Amino acid sequence: MTNIAISAEGLSKSYRIGRKQARYKTLRETVTDFATAPLHRLKSSLHGHAATEQGELIWALQDVSFTIQKGDVVGIIGRNGAGKSTLLKILAQITQPTNGHAEIKGRVGSLLEVGTGFHPELTGRENIFLNGAILGMKRAEINRKFDEIVAFSEVEQFIDTPVKHYSSGMYMRLAFAVAAHLETEVLLVDEVLAVGDAAFQKKCLSKMGDIAIEGRTVLFVSHNLGAVHKLCSKALWIKSGNLVLEGESGHVIDKYCSDLYKIENDYSLRERRDREGDARIQFTRIYWQDENGHDLHSLRSGGNYTLVLDYEANTDSIYNDVFVSFLIKDNLHTPVLLHQTDFENGNFKDIPSKGQFFCKIPRFPLAQGEYTVNIFVSINNKTSDSIDNASRLTVDYGDYYCTGHQGRPELCKYLTEGSWELQGMSE
Amino acid sequence: MNDASLPHITTIRSHKGFTFSTISSLWQYHELLYFFIWRDIKVRYKQTIVGMSWAIIQPLLAMIVFSIFFGKLAKMPSDNIPYPVFCYTALVPWIFFANALSQCSESLVRSSDLIKKIYFPKLAIPLSSVLSGAVDFALSLVVLFIMMPFFGVSPTAEIIWLPLFILLAITTSIGVGLWLATLNVIFRDVRYAVPFLIQLWLYASPVVYPSSLLPEPWRSIYGINPMAGVVEGFRWSLLGTGNPPGTMLAVSACISLILLFTGILFFSRVEKKMADII
Repeated sequence: MTNIAISAEGLSKSYRIGRKQARYKTLRETVTDFATAPLHRLKSSLHGHAATEQGELIWALQDVSFTIQKGDVVGIIGRNGAGKSTLLKILAQITQPTNGHAEIKGRVGSLLEVGTGFHPELTGRENIFLNGAILGMKRAEINRKFDEIVAFSEVEQFIDTPVKHYSSGMYMRLAFAVAAHLETEVLLVDEVLAVGDAAFQKKCLSKMGDIAIEGRTVLFVSHNLGAVHKLCSKALWIKSGNLVLEGESGHVIDKYCSDLYKIENDYSLRERRDREGDARIQFTRIYWQDENGHDLHSLRSGGNYTLVLDYEANTDSIYNDVFVSFLIKDNLHTPVLLHQTDFENGNFKDIPSKGQFFCKIPRFPLAQGEYTVNIFVSINNKTSDSIDNASRLTVDYGDYYCTGHQGRPELCKYLTEGSWELQGMSE
Repeated sequence: MNDASLPHITTIRSHKGFTFSTISSLWQYHELLYFFIWRDIKVRYKQTIVGMSWAIIQPLLAMIVFSIFFGKLAKMPSDNIPYPVFCYTALVPWIFFANALSQCSESLVRSSDLIKKIYFPKLAIPLSSVLSGAVDFALSLVVLFIMMPFFGVSPTAEIIWLPLFILLAITTSIGVGLWLATLNVIFRDVRYAVPFLIQLWLYASPVVYPSSLLPEPWRSIYGINPMAGVVEGFRWSLLGTGNPPGTMLAVSACISLILLFTGILFFSRVEKKMADII
């Protein structure tokens, strides 16, 4: 009983999403709302439904309960927009839950974003103190760790230079260094490992590992499943605001991956909330076909394929200049293949309200492996719909070179035709 | 760190309205308040040519312009004190107040990144933006002490009351500043209203004219503008003009405290959902 560090019961958080643009009200709107709201309320109660004029109620988090033991390092995984960050924000007391309650034993430190609170005009030294204080460190504590922080950040030389002159890498390193030296019993971490170059990321990861060994309780949100697996003993999987599974991290990650694969291979994009754009055109489905128009589950290097994107447009107007593109990334998130309408054919005109965009790719030039596809559509240069990781793509071995050689996917994912010749030179 | 023996327990649930934690958490984080003040002072005049001199240039220029137009041309009465000193004495607290309002009303919105990403007592932000004006205030006060013998005015024994009026100026600035900063989080209209408000408030306060123009009981009623009490208090304690500001000061002090308390209540109420609406 005494070993519980965090206990949450029925945590829920709802947001009212109304008009897309208006993030804050003007006085006039409030005054007119104030004047007309009773009328609206009266009208809707006459019609027998609740007053929803102000917008839809979205549950970012719904009835989430869990307990975390002292000293556990717990990963929180889930798709974009699943509610992971909302959960951390509630635990960090940045925002209040709509319902439910939680109790945390021990001092809580949160690293939701590195570098917030840095002031560009102040020097590195001054920012260490300022940022430390913002994160909840005492001055004496910062003094004691100052040298350690500077050494970790690798910016000794520039410590008395205003940080506005820092490169973004130096800036992030310093910011992470301050945050990483926060000594609280409970630490809430959101995706901070995505900073700096590969070497520094490795350093951050090992620092996180040290923190875990020290026996502190850590809650860690990340998309880097490898890092979660490595650092965390337990994991929570959150899906559309609900806690689906909690348990040993390897097990949870496996379940999560298979679900991810299932969803993405369902190809339906209607449910996706992690998209951007004004929604004048929206993708509804993404899939691949072979030359005979058969839907495919995986591709082979060298085959002739067509990428099909079903869409629906809002029918009020006719759109000209519709730009569509896709970008394929490999498992390390390195872009490997991009194509867009204006490369060869030009953008689409007069598109019907419902239809399909096709992109034919002859001799598919990627080596075997796992990929993800981002898709994008814009009208007159204004983003209509943009979905990262719209689908996963599995490419199996295929005879691209017609020689039986499969290329070297571990070195390079991209395949190209080429012919080697030898010519001697006369002396 | 010395409280490590007691397990620190954080309870998270939905609260509405005022909670005492708005103030108590500020005490826990009092070092943060110092750091914010220190940052605001340090950063205020970075990358400017005349730097700190702005603190003196502002009231001096205002004094010169007011002395020419109100003192010389309009022949405004000045309680038998040379008009420049009369007007500058009022400008010292007035400019502190005006700067405090414009800095403070924007302070929360400007820190929206922090508010959305980090937990800390948010009251530290508007508070530090007001208190960081203290350095400017002190500088302009020093200039007044240099100026007084120059115009043949010597301070009276009433100067011991000055800290009281300084405190009143700070309370008023924080009270009004909190209201504006919090309103600005909800309605960005405040941003446009504040410069205008400051301009009107200047003429509604006895900066260019003495409040002795008003007969009683209007003078006491005039105290509803808390800056009237502050300005006349400054003049009385520094220049020895007129009688001690009795009922007017009492009215001003009451209004100032009411503004401060309601400001904190309002802030605390909005603080709960600030990260969601800012």
